[in-house]
Amino acid sequence: MSEKKEILRIDHIKKAFGDNQVLKDISLTVSHGEVVAIIGPSGSGKSTLLRCATLLETMDSGTLAYGDLVVAQDDASGKAVYGDKQVLKEARMRFGLVFQQFNLFPHYTVLKNIMDAPLLVQKRDEKEVEQEARELLEKMGLSDKADMVPCDLSGGQQQRVAIARALAMNPEILFFDEPTSALDPELTKEVLRVIRQLAEEHMTMVIVTHEMRFARDVADHIIFMDGGVIVEEGPAQQLIDNPQHARTKAFLAQDE
Amino acid sequence: MFSFLDGIIIGSGVHAMPLSTILSTMFGGLGMAGLIFIVALAGSLPLGVLVALCRMSKNRVLSFLAKIYISFLRGTPLILQLMFIYFAPYYIFGLKLSLTWRMGACFIGFILNYAAYFAEIYRAGIQSIPLGQYEAASVLGYSRSQTFTKIVFPQVIKRIAPAMGNEVITLIKDTSLAFVLSIAEMFTMAETLAAAMVSMVPYVLAAALYWFFTLLVEFALGKFEKKLSYYHD
Repeated sequence: MSEKKEILRIDHIKKAFGDNQVLKDISLTVSHGEVVAIIGPSGSGKSTLLRCATLLETMDSGTLAYGDLVVAQDDASGKAVYGDKQVLKEARMRFGLVFQQFNLFPHYTVLKNIMDAPLLVQKRDEKEVEQEARELLEKMGLSDKADMVPCDLSGGQQQRVAIARALAMNPEILFFDEPTSALDPELTKEVLRVIRQLAEEHMTMVIVTHEMRFARDVADHIIFMDGGVIVEEGPAQQLIDNPQHARTKAFLAQDE
Repeated sequence: MFSFLDGIIIGSGVHAMPLSTILSTMFGGLGMAGLIFIVALAGSLPLGVLVALCRMSKNRVLSFLAKIYISFLRGTPLILQLMFIYFAPYYIFGLKLSLTWRMGACFIGFILNYAAYFAEIYRAGIQSIPLGQYEAASVLGYSRSQTFTKIVFPQVIKRIAPAMGNEVITLIKDTSLAFVLSIAEMFTMAETLAAAMVSMVPYVLAAALYWFFTLLVEFALGKFEKKLSYYHD
């Protein structure tokens, strides 16, 4: 794995909201084609970690880099300094994020939801973008929904459109923030199936999830977070089947 | 325009007047009311967005100024505002007041006043858009202005359409306040005719025409809302 291209590097990230230290020195690297799952109880800091990585929150200190692009690093005083607008924009072109609440644009059709950013932000050719968008919809099993608006779709369908929207930007890495937490069990399945398929195609992904079985089957590497630190991490099956740390054991036992 | 009605005379004796004269006078007034209505909307709809954005700005000075603006224009009668704007060049700079300025002052007064009301409606609409919409746009690389113009504002329009409709209909009737500047809008015309004829008929006619105007606008607003009903959130 070490010879594989490094896609994401997070080094010693710290983040506090007021007096509440949410992330206490978290480090993590993700290589090309790797699937990392982050598990842990609510309030463990896993969503905040994802939000720092996707520039929705600014970390207090630490390093964040996408491949050779350093987005933020500490200055002499140990405070994180972010790159300029251009650096942030370039970083945003390298990752995609799928939200728990989908966050599709309700006034756009499914097709326009997928095509708008590649056209507007990446200024790509419309024909090429449309062809790619239709291919993505087919892959998501939603070919017949192209001209519908999000409110006409089920939650599971909306989430698959959101995945297609993120993929249309051709990101090097895709983040998922509890992608099935807002869905019924039945709809959860169809979304997990899509993510599983992406894993088989070696899409680099970081998934915050509560689906332990899914994490075990799909992820290469699992990180268990609690109280703002990484308590335990390791190969997926090993961590789920044979956890070492007492807190990991307690957390997994609760899930049974 | 109404010459075919020349034979019909309303009233009697010295107060009598041909129906054609009454109608052409009243419709002339309606036209002027319509002009004030259109110019006021064309100016205040965009200005309201600007005021709302200032009001929500992180810049405290800008936000404070917008707050004062909204408070003052909502807190004083439009009829006084029209008079102040019209007479200001004379009392402040000693300038002579022209006939064109009369219309200019009228337009400016309506635009400034309605922008204050619209700004608060825009603000309510903008604040009702979920944070997730901004976050999704940010992750996809939309700039701040792209996020506002492409993602947020179109959704705001749908959400505020009913409240805006209310104000727009109020504006129709508020155009009658231009009478204070002796502008030949419908109320001014009705008053002139009523005095000449010693009759309530022109007022009744004015009421009917204001209502007719409102019905047209209600119809247009209904069409507009229907057009936006292709999605719900």
